[in-house]
Amino acid sequence: MSETVPVTLNGRAIEANKGELIIAAAERHGVYIPRFCYHERMSSVGMCRMCICEVDTGRGPQLTPTCMVAVAPNMIIDTESEMTKNVQQGVLELLLANHPLDCPVCDKGGECPLQDQAFSHGPGESRYIEEKRHFEKPIAISDIVYLDRERCILCDRCTRFADEVAGDALISFSYRGNETQITTFPDEPFSSYFSGNTVQICPVGALTAKPFRFKARPWDLSQQESTCTTCAVGCRIVVESSRDEVLRYMGVDSEPVNHGWLCDRGRFNFESVNSPDRALQPLVRERDELRGVSWNEALAAAARLINEARASGGAARVAVIGGARGTNEDAYAWSRLGHEVIGTPNVYSQMGDGLPADLLLLERATIDEAANATTIVLLAPDLKEELPVLYLRLREASEKKRSRILEFTPKQTGLTRYAWRSIGYEPGSQVAVVEEALADADIAAQLAKGNVVVVFGRMNLAETITAGVLALNRLLKAVPGSKLLPAFRRGNSLGALQVGMRTGPDGLNIRGVLQAAADGKIDCLVLVGADPLSDFPDTDLARRGLAGARRTIAVDTFLSASTARADVVLPACAFGEKDGTTTNLEGRVSKVVRQVSPAGNTRPDWMIASGLALALGSDLGYADVDEITLDIAINVPGFEEVTAASVAANPDGVVAGVPTAIPPVGLLEGVAPERNSYDLRLVVSRTLYDQAAGTAHSPSLAHLPRGSAVHLHPLDVARVGTRDGVEVKVFNARATVVMPVVADASVLRGTAWMPWNNPGPNVGELIDCFAAVNDVRIENL
Amino acid sequence: MSSYNWAPGFIDDGDRAQIVTSRFQYEDGHTLDRYLATGGYAGLKAALARTPTQVHEEVKAATLLGRGGAGFPAGTKWGLCPEGKWPRYLVVNGDESEPGTYKDRLLMERDPHQLIEGCLITCYAVGLSQCFLYVRGEMALAQERVAAALNEAYAAGYIGRNILGSKFSVDIVLHWGAGAYVVGEETALIESLEGNRGMPRLKPPFFPAAIGLYGKPTIVNNVETLANLPWLLTHSAAEYMAIGTPTSPGTRMIAVSGHVRRPGVFEIINGTTTFRDLLYGDEFCQGIRDDNELKAFVPGGGSAPWFLPDQLDLPFEAKLVGAAGSMLGSGAVMVMDETTDIPVAALTLARFYAHESCGKCVPCREGATWLERIMERLVDGHGTENDLDQLLEIGQTICPGPFPHAASERLGLAAVPFPFKMTTICFVGPSAYTPVHSAVTLFRSEFEARIVKRKLIPVSIGASDE
Amino acid sequence: MTRLNDANQVLAREIIGRYPKARSATIPLLHVAQQQNGYITQEAIAHIAELVGATSAEVLGTCTFYEMFKMHPVGKYLINICTTMSCALMGAEQLVTHAEQRLGIKAGGTTPDGLFTLERVECQAACTEAPCLQANYRYRYRVNAAQLDQFLDDLAEGQLDAEIPAHGVVARVRQSIPVDRAVSVVAPDDVHEAPVWMPLSGTTA
Repeated sequence: MSETVPVTLNGRAIEANKGELIIAAAERHGVYIPRFCYHERMSSVGMCRMCICEVDTGRGPQLTPTCMVAVAPNMIIDTESEMTKNVQQGVLELLLANHPLDCPVCDKGGECPLQDQAFSHGPGESRYIEEKRHFEKPIAISDIVYLDRERCILCDRCTRFADEVAGDALISFSYRGNETQITTFPDEPFSSYFSGNTVQICPVGALTAKPFRFKARPWDLSQQESTCTTCAVGCRIVVESSRDEVLRYMGVDSEPVNHGWLCDRGRFNFESVNSPDRALQPLVRERDELRGVSWNEALAAAARLINEARASGGAARVAVIGGARGTNEDAYAWSRLGHEVIGTPNVYSQMGDGLPADLLLLERATIDEAANATTIVLLAPDLKEELPVLYLRLREASEKKRSRILEFTPKQTGLTRYAWRSIGYEPGSQVAVVEEALADADIAAQLAKGNVVVVFGRMNLAETITAGVLALNRLLKAVPGSKLLPAFRRGNSLGALQVGMRTGPDGLNIRGVLQAAADGKIDCLVLVGADPLSDFPDTDLARRGLAGARRTIAVDTFLSASTARADVVLPACAFGEKDGTTTNLEGRVSKVVRQVSPAGNTRPDWMIASGLALALGSDLGYADVDEITLDIAINVPGFEEVTAASVAANPDGVVAGVPTAIPPVGLLEGVAPERNSYDLRLVVSRTLYDQAAGTAHSPSLAHLPRGSAVHLHPLDVARVGTRDGVEVKVFNARATVVMPVVADASVLRGTAWMPWNNPGPNVGELIDCFAAVNDVRIENL
Repeated sequence: MSSYNWAPGFIDDGDRAQIVTSRFQYEDGHTLDRYLATGGYAGLKAALARTPTQVHEEVKAATLLGRGGAGFPAGTKWGLCPEGKWPRYLVVNGDESEPGTYKDRLLMERDPHQLIEGCLITCYAVGLSQCFLYVRGEMALAQERVAAALNEAYAAGYIGRNILGSKFSVDIVLHWGAGAYVVGEETALIESLEGNRGMPRLKPPFFPAAIGLYGKPTIVNNVETLANLPWLLTHSAAEYMAIGTPTSPGTRMIAVSGHVRRPGVFEIINGTTTFRDLLYGDEFCQGIRDDNELKAFVPGGGSAPWFLPDQLDLPFEAKLVGAAGSMLGSGAVMVMDETTDIPVAALTLARFYAHESCGKCVPCREGATWLERIMERLVDGHGTENDLDQLLEIGQTICPGPFPHAASERLGLAAVPFPFKMTTICFVGPSAYTPVHSAVTLFRSEFEARIVKRKLIPVSIGASDE
Repeated sequence: MTRLNDANQVLAREIIGRYPKARSATIPLLHVAQQQNGYITQEAIAHIAELVGATSAEVLGTCTFYEMFKMHPVGKYLINICTTMSCALMGAEQLVTHAEQRLGIKAGGTTPDGLFTLERVECQAACTEAPCLQANYRYRYRVNAAQLDQFLDDLAEGQLDAEIPAHGVVARVRQSIPVDRAVSVVAPDDVHEAPVWMPLSGTTA
């Protein structure tokens, strides 16, 4: 990488990197060459011709598209010659020939590369007096994205993104020459999970996103860099607001993380921050009604409930559940509150859909290491649905032929088509399938070839983690030196676990807490951004646990099904309303920022924890969030290097180390029984859009979940004797639900797949969280 | 001798060497029987008797110039494949669509086996593993004839596995185009063959010989170029070089259309035949129709700058024609007599290129259309004084700097030689400008005569025009 | 049913089999679809996308790039009159005007009886035989007004059915590669060696 090439740039001798494009080398050395189609994260197409400069490679100055040509030794680049300027002015005049000059009403006006470069490199006047191209404007090309073909300059950025980066080539150029336009196929909208990126990279106002259309002028926006916490990838973003309202996220090009891309869920679920349904006021239940009270009253009421529980049978009768949604500081404060102040070991941040905390002890891979590994082994859920930008990174690794993907999965995933080998298995048989694969000569040779990164996560919510962990152990043992990338789903799962939101000695995890609550052994349940009824896989246990807990304290941004019956509601700040740090699935700690004032009377979680501690007679000792960051650095093994200063100095984040000691997590024993041939083995996993609060309260996303359904292999659909789209009865010993059948070739024969937490019948009714696997039977109504 | 009703347009009067059209005289020249009876596939056998390297050397020695338009020597092009990079493909460019040009169509309709044999020799010499024969979509008869010939040749063992009992094996796949001029450009041809929109890829630093079809080394050769190979292999480079001149050896097919007495397609001697021979010679076009005066002619297909009677004595020699301000291009001469309405004639070409722009490069997509619109206005009598300079200035964005044109004694103009600088990937953009530039430069008064004098108010970029 | 019918699906698979990458068969398959239906239907595009492993949007993008693919029904006979330079010099515009009057439609239109679609097209490679036209891609050379009238009459009366098939059919002879002769496709990513007939060094001159 360090090899350099001497070239002359505008008369100045510079050292360019070998293989670097002229346009990139010039930019690194402070010379901006105007461009529209060039984008550093996509292949060059040389379409707009704006970046043409005079370049002399010994044959005299040649007009050279600098986005297509790499530097060569002793090249003489002139970006300011008369000829270069004439070409740039000419190209701009032509670009503007058919471009409507509707800048005053265009959302892009003020941050428009065409507008900016027309001023900096344009001729200043247009001589075009012919009639401009006309199209109907704008047209919706998806639920979220609108296209104005009159403004479009046909730079191929959105179409290239859709094809090259997202792998969803649902938009394409159509027709030819002056009539070229961007189109979708009729009745096949641009329903990519990544469609919002096209809006961001559009160099004109041709693509606009519904949530931002006509909301604000770019020059009225104030912005700060932050980290998206929608999932555990932790994409770098800029949060933009106007008049104290969050209006937009933009992706930031972070080399180790997201390369500038965001998924649509992450990009647009800021709408929920502005939702009128937010919990804005502390509430206390009186005579079966929640009444708005002051913070002091609410905290005192909460402290009273906790003290009553402790008095009735010890601190273990209190449980604190949740905390993966907040910052590291929130989690640390709540961990201290739970473990030190309340004194309960029953502190747990995962919702029965996560990973054992002791996995944190294994050597962890970064996303970059995964995306550059010789072999990427997936023992993970569908990353396209759960960790979309990680999907993009690994997809790119495969497409660019850097890595081969070896996938084990109970259902075909978004990465299956890019996998070198995709091995399907029926839940429960992971260990056997992995062992069989390891015995395969091709696979063994591949795994012996270079770096191996194993991505491990919850592939199926309808089985215990046991078989998966055993299979993982086999893999790690068989491939010495391989690293693990834990596919946590929730934003700060890893951070919460590592800073202390995990069980103390003899403490109960979520499953244990709900069981204990159902058995009347928990008197006070504190839900910190936790909604067991929609998050915990075993709905029956969640319901019984919530009913069995005598008192519930809810700390949340919205009231949920689980917290509707709470005794005390402590309204929390949402994303964008509080400062702190967050930890992604690599252990990378980066900043989240407060960009707008907290809504209503809400407070950050850490402040609520501090207040509650005071009400309980203890002082956590924090006056502001930086003090907690420092406390974490001092006290949490692995976080030594993570300080407010180091995180501020490294926008891409600081990767935390592996913790020194986490007690081994016991796995539920139990072997998957043979499947009765009348039954189908149940596979339940997440879809990008579900009924999570952030999605459900964002109007642009709320309608996107596809709804509960049972997906069967087409041959199984026939075997059951039904048809695609028909409602059937799905049942097992626990429950019976009615939902439509979807014939889906990505589902393995003998299994039934259902999306988790989608609108419609609750899939969790069918799941026993103590059973190694769950089976269902399907009958016609 | 003369013309044949089964080969409309083709004329072989005179006693010249015939390399590629020798079977046009036979009505059944397209059949395997006739082909074999007239020495067919002897070139392939001669090639197989030598090593691939020897065959390549022979072609290189003959300086066989590409007939697609650029005139790059085929043997040299073959040598550009990077060593050790396999597989390599052959793509045959039969997407002939340059205005004024048709020779490849005749070669495919009249003598498809000769082309097939040329493909086989090329594949053998360069180690090309599969051949795709891309035939223009609108050429129904050529497609039928090539398909029938391929079927015959497969059955007879000339194509496919272990050709003629040798180790040499190759498939030739007939591929159909669907109507897009730009696909004649070799990188667009490859895009099209990959199932995409036929938009050219930037060439340097990636010529198809290095990165072509499916990203692999690919030789793209024109139909006429390949049709020369059977003769070359049954004869020799020396015999080939003995025809024409050392820098322009052999023959080439030229279509002469427009206002001549006898338009037609001729196989002429390269390098020595002059435009005067061709336009006025008895064995060729026999003069301008109705004894009219020659006004101008396009010497090398619609993309070539125009020549005036001043240039009639130039021979078909690339360097000389280039120095005189034009190019030989694809072998097409379009002749305009004194009655020609120059702005209208130029408009037909400007419209062609605007219509055929693929839409990739901004200067071509927007510039070609703008040129066409202004030309249209001028022809319709709605032109303004500014328009003529405006045309040339738009052209400056497509082709900055001096643009080639012919010398004119009448106008006191000196020639500006080929080539030109360009801001587009392929030649469609410059080609849109060429006829406009030639017409406005050489016949400005004809445009001025059509202009109604009025003032044009410049529109400021800052003001909305909506 | 405007997807490819069974016979054409068989043909489609044969064509796809000739290319190292299925996507290359896009244009040939669009021709097959147009031959079947007379124009390109949405369903055919979706079907071809499935067959070649592209999205429908990509196939639509390819399809609309090329002149010959018609996204709407056209007449049984597509009359293309060339109006590029050589033909224009020899009176192509007058021929178009005459054809418009004779057929009672403007260029680009289709006669109400669905028999003729008239189009003004660019160079058809018969420049010395100007003005020329193509009817369903079969040439007529040096056409004058009277010859055009006669030609249209002959077409309408079905006298030229043997020579000129209905729109959609381009070549009536198809390549067919005998199984025992075929070398099979050379996949770009699976072959790394020089072909067997090449000298061992793999070099060329």
